[in-house]
Amino acid sequence: MARVWLFGKDVNTDQIVPGRYAPYMLKNEDDLRKYPFVEARPEFASTVQPGDILIAGRNFGCGSSREYAPLALKMVAIGAVVAPLFARIFFRNALNLGIPCFTADLTDVLHDGQEVELLLDEGIIVTAEGQRIELPPPPGFMREVWASGGIVPFYRTYGRFPGEAPA
Amino acid sequence: MAAQTLSEQILSHAAGQVVKAGDVVTVQVDLAMMHDSLSPSIIKVLHQELGAEKVWDRDRVTVVIDHVAPAASVQTAEHQARLRRWVAEQGITHLFDVGRGISHQVLVEEGLAQPGMIIVGSDSHSTAYGCVGAFGTGMGTTDVALVVATGRTWMRVPETVLVRASGRFRPGVSAKDLALRAARILRAEGATYAAVEWHGVDFLSIGDRMTLATLSIEVGAKAGLVPPTGAAAHLMRIPAWLGVQPGASYMWEIDIDLDQLEPQISMPNFVDNVVDIRDVGQVAVNVVYLGTCTNGRYEDMIAAARILNGRKLAPGVRMIVVPASSEGLQQAASDGTLTTLLAAGATIGTPGCGACIGRHMGVLAPNEVCLFTGNRNFRGRMGSPDAQIYLASPEVAAATALTGYITHPQEVM
Repeated sequence: MARVWLFGKDVNTDQIVPGRYAPYMLKNEDDLRKYPFVEARPEFASTVQPGDILIAGRNFGCGSSREYAPLALKMVAIGAVVAPLFARIFFRNALNLGIPCFTADLTDVLHDGQEVELLLDEGIIVTAEGQRIELPPPPGFMREVWASGGIVPFYRTYGRFPGEAPA
Repeated sequence: MAAQTLSEQILSHAAGQVVKAGDVVTVQVDLAMMHDSLSPSIIKVLHQELGAEKVWDRDRVTVVIDHVAPAASVQTAEHQARLRRWVAEQGITHLFDVGRGISHQVLVEEGLAQPGMIIVGSDSHSTAYGCVGAFGTGMGTTDVALVVATGRTWMRVPETVLVRASGRFRPGVSAKDLALRAARILRAEGATYAAVEWHGVDFLSIGDRMTLATLSIEVGAKAGLVPPTGAAAHLMRIPAWLGVQPGASYMWEIDIDLDQLEPQISMPNFVDNVVDIRDVGQVAVNVVYLGTCTNGRYEDMIAAARILNGRKLAPGVRMIVVPASSEGLQQAASDGTLTTLLAAGATIGTPGCGACIGRHMGVLAPNEVCLFTGNRNFRGRMGSPDAQIYLASPEVAAATALTGYITHPQEVM
């Protein structure tokens, strides 16, 4: 089972990883895994488990272009992020890194700390009580990028960008 | 052909076919910008993950050391030393090293950013290039690495939100107030995935247009464009196909009457948490910080110096000025603006991003209050998560420095 981490709206990238903890500023880049939500939710980095999911309000990931914000979430193996609206750069960065993002508002459906199971391929969250929540299917190009494991392996495999006609 | 927004015109031109909002396109990029903070990771993706040996075009990939400039630790100094070696190995033409200034300001001053271009930067405030009518957009490490490797990127053609200004600013009111007023109406997510066009601002300087363009990202925008018209555009090389077309389709239109506009204050901890200055109440500040790509230019220093002229900062208030570029600093030094600021008690930092990202040159302690001319007041942005950041114009910054509490410029003008 995965744990739900519930966040409000307008979670910005300074909350996800403050600029002071960028890899550029760290002696050991792997230490980035210690800093997701270091100030917004200090207990997060030490207790998050692989596969846990983030449920957030509107405009998740607004602010800076720093890819190390979603990278830090990838380093702690977040299973998915679900929010009704994602900030554009965060959404691209997460897609590029292969982090599943689903556009849905579950902030009133799930609660913080709830135990759930994410069936990624089916796009379904199942709660411990057996409730099945269908996530809206992402566009085809996103599934292609996820299937490749991110934009770099996608580009290296196909030699083109998503949505671009094959050469 | 249906009338097009500026973004549709630029992306159609780059795609070589007529495109409209909602289409997904792959386009040639005209200029790429990478800064010191993300260059190490961009170079890693470029060589180790993408397997590219050379950048796509050594004249079009620009490198700027502005985020921690000068280096604040051995760690950042080493990164910058490696970056300089890499620039030399790649034969990159345009490296703007420590002290030249903030990437966006510098690329505009150098004439590298031009109307109609597509410019991708490793910095969210790359919307700045809209000040010259370019489609500037910020992307993360991997997207920028792909641009640097291939000269291309992909994106969805954005819808456009139109901000239409009318009238003229009253004394003590400026472009920052227009931008914050727009953020107050549009809110932080109002232009997500969209572009913002700023109309009715032909009378503004390029610098003031950059204030509008940089703040476009704070309402979620992919790009923030000012039409390249008016006196400030006279010297620009404007493509014949670029210009406002009557009948273009906008997803949201808002009107702002500059004649009625009061100084706007963005309250902690969200940029769109904006009120008229008279509704702020008595807020004492410890630090007044004038700088950033949003309001650290020569004209911003002039605006502050006019108010500070011959007077002293309020006791206990620190004022830190970090010019956006060396060119602005030189202008301010040569015409006495700098002397006015120093005589008032302000201090000057190396041109660059300064404490905007909370890394050096004036980070805030817990419970300190900062009046900041920058673009973000998120919790922890400039240092301690328990500091408070209020965003405002250079005019409000100067007035506040004189009294020690957030002050309407007209009270001291």
